[in-house]
Amino acid sequence: MRHPLLELTRARLLEFVREPAALFWVFGFPVLLTIALGLAFRSRVPDEPQVAVVAGLAHEVAALKAAGGLGVRALAPDEAARALRTGEVALVVARAEGDRVTVRFDPTRPESGTARLAVERALERAAGAAPRVTLVDEHVDERGGRYVDFLVPGLIGLNIMGSSLWGIGYAVVSTRSRRLLKRFAATPMRRAHYLLSFILSRLVFLAAEVALVLGFAALAFDLEVRSGVLPVALVSLLGALSFAGISLLISARTDSVEVANGLMNAVTMPMWLLSGTFFSYAKFPEPLQPLIQALPLTALNDALRALVNEGAPLASQAAPLAVLAAWGVVTFVIALRTFRWQ
Amino acid sequence: MSQPEVALRARGLVKRYGKLTAVDGLDLEVRRGECFGLLGPNGAGKTTTVEMLEGLHAPDAGTIEILGERWTRATADRLRERIGIALQETQFPEKLTVAEIVRLFRSFYARGRTVDEVVALLELEAKRGARFAKLSGGQKQRLALACALVGDPDVLFLDEPTTGLDPQARLQLWAVVERFVDRGGTVLITTHYMEEAARLCDRVAIVDRGRVIALGTPAELIASLGADQVVELELTGELPDAALLAVDGVRHVARREGRVVVHATHVARVVAGVLAAIEGAGLGLTHLETHAATLEDVFVHLTGRGLREG
Ligand SMILES: Nc1ncnc2c1ncn2[C@@H]1O[C@H](COP(=O)(O)OP(=O)(O)OP(=O)(O)O)[C@@H](O)[C@H]1O
Ligand SMILES: [Mg+2]
Repeated sequence: MRHPLLELTRARLLEFVREPAALFWVFGFPVLLTIALGLAFRSRVPDEPQVAVVAGLAHEVAALKAAGGLGVRALAPDEAARALRTGEVALVVARAEGDRVTVRFDPTRPESGTARLAVERALERAAGAAPRVTLVDEHVDERGGRYVDFLVPGLIGLNIMGSSLWGIGYAVVSTRSRRLLKRFAATPMRRAHYLLSFILSRLVFLAAEVALVLGFAALAFDLEVRSGVLPVALVSLLGALSFAGISLLISARTDSVEVANGLMNAVTMPMWLLSGTFFSYAKFPEPLQPLIQALPLTALNDALRALVNEGAPLASQAAPLAVLAAWGVVTFVIALRTFRWQ
Repeated sequence: MSQPEVALRARGLVKRYGKLTAVDGLDLEVRRGECFGLLGPNGAGKTTTVEMLEGLHAPDAGTIEILGERWTRATADRLRERIGIALQETQFPEKLTVAEIVRLFRSFYARGRTVDEVVALLELEAKRGARFAKLSGGQKQRLALACALVGDPDVLFLDEPTTGLDPQARLQLWAVVERFVDRGGTVLITTHYMEEAARLCDRVAIVDRGRVIALGTPAELIASLGADQVVELELTGELPDAALLAVDGVRHVARREGRVVVHATHVARVVAGVLAAIEGAGLGLTHLETHAATLEDVFVHLTGRGLREG
């Protein structure tokens, strides 16, 4: 017979993989969130500005087409007006009288300004003006600073929090409410083994969760893990242990799944908002900042971002790691003292 | 380790829940190799007593000795190795199979039987791979018993193991308990089925309101009625007890659930006398039933209530 700790962990793993809803929340949901938010906020090269030329201005049409960098359409005056109104075009070339060309556009639209400059240059060249300055383009790689780069470490943090809290807390409370915890307590099972089995089984999933989201972001969004994988794994591990402690504390006494759910929502909701998962917490008022930075999810997100996006060394993250460790140790000790077996 | 004659001993057990005294000075002694029954109505304190004996709750007063030892931090692990437990209700993990659950429990014990052995013993082979959620009530109870037996215990605690089971499933479970006792095991079983206690138990303690109110073998307890027959009557009106007690052979009269319950020695003679008394009082008889006295009748005699009444 194998060691009870292994058997308990195995049972936890089996229960988990047989629960489709849990699998979705732990694995499917974060990937979907990464896809959705990554696509919505992806940074892309803007399309070339579209301009309309009122039909009949053949010379201008030819000049603009020859210059390139613009989408050019010849339209009847009323059609051109409608296209401008609906935003299909950024600018309309309305009239040309000798060297006076009238362009019509909305100055509050950024692409209209771009279009105006491009039209001006193209018509000047066509009129024989020689360029005196040549611009040489250099494109920079902005990886590490995109929204998706900001988002992915935060999603990993959020996911570690969610799966630790619900994965452990829900299981403990439902085991207690079915009197199974009492049944276990009546066997020679070591109580520490029981609690440890939750942590061990969490670690198995943790590796899979983090690898899945990071791997997906690397493939789909070209995310770069600048620190390398090992420091990220260590910080994720510490984060998971910290939330495991919090989860055990939440579930230490209650035998009502509803109460536990309420407690877990009360703990996680503020961190969803405050801990800088979806947007930077720097936007919150200054007096709140120390409080926000003392939250475990903030600490986890900050440390993960520093590693993934900036390639910071692990040692530079001592402050957030200390916050995580403190939460983990304090909650675990209180949980052990107050844990109710029946 | 010495093998004391007494497997379980409780003296003056008290357990209070707030104002309610669930167990109120209960004494108990279960011998080795004995099947001992706690029989009592709902709320009598059976589960509370058993769980104190199992070391799950500390009593507010009184002492417990199990296999010659008290429950302490030092003895707890050793004792838990030697007892097997089926709680009144245990919901095992829904998503685990029978074999997985038994295997998990087996891993907690230093020594014990194999998973295959207990699965076969409880006739659960066909359900080895079935998840707990898919089991019938009887199969769930057998699984609970499998988990209780997998550590090869010396003492088995069964809290209402057959409640809600059909007669077939009940017989199956009884057979397993009997085999355990035949192998020298000690059993403490609670039930409110008198036929279960009568069939399985060497001795029975009748518990009411947290105390033992009668103790003995089922036969002794029934004999204590001084009457081995019971006549139950339903009448169209009130008949004074005195009229019935005047009939030769009537030992005791009780009323329960609208019926008059008469304990008697010679049923044929008593029935004739009782019928005459009813007629003499000008009443009509709507129901008449006679049966041999059971433990239930002992309980009714002692408390004036039925076993399944509150
Ligand atoms: N945890 C508890 N808190 C408060 N009261 C309790 C608790 N457990 C039991 N009781 C009360 O103690 C009394 C004895 O309960 P117990 O469960 O021991 O009865 P029982 O004989 O096992 O009954 P049943 O046949 O219904 O199982 C009951 O009145 C019950 O309501
Ligand atoms: Mg009970």
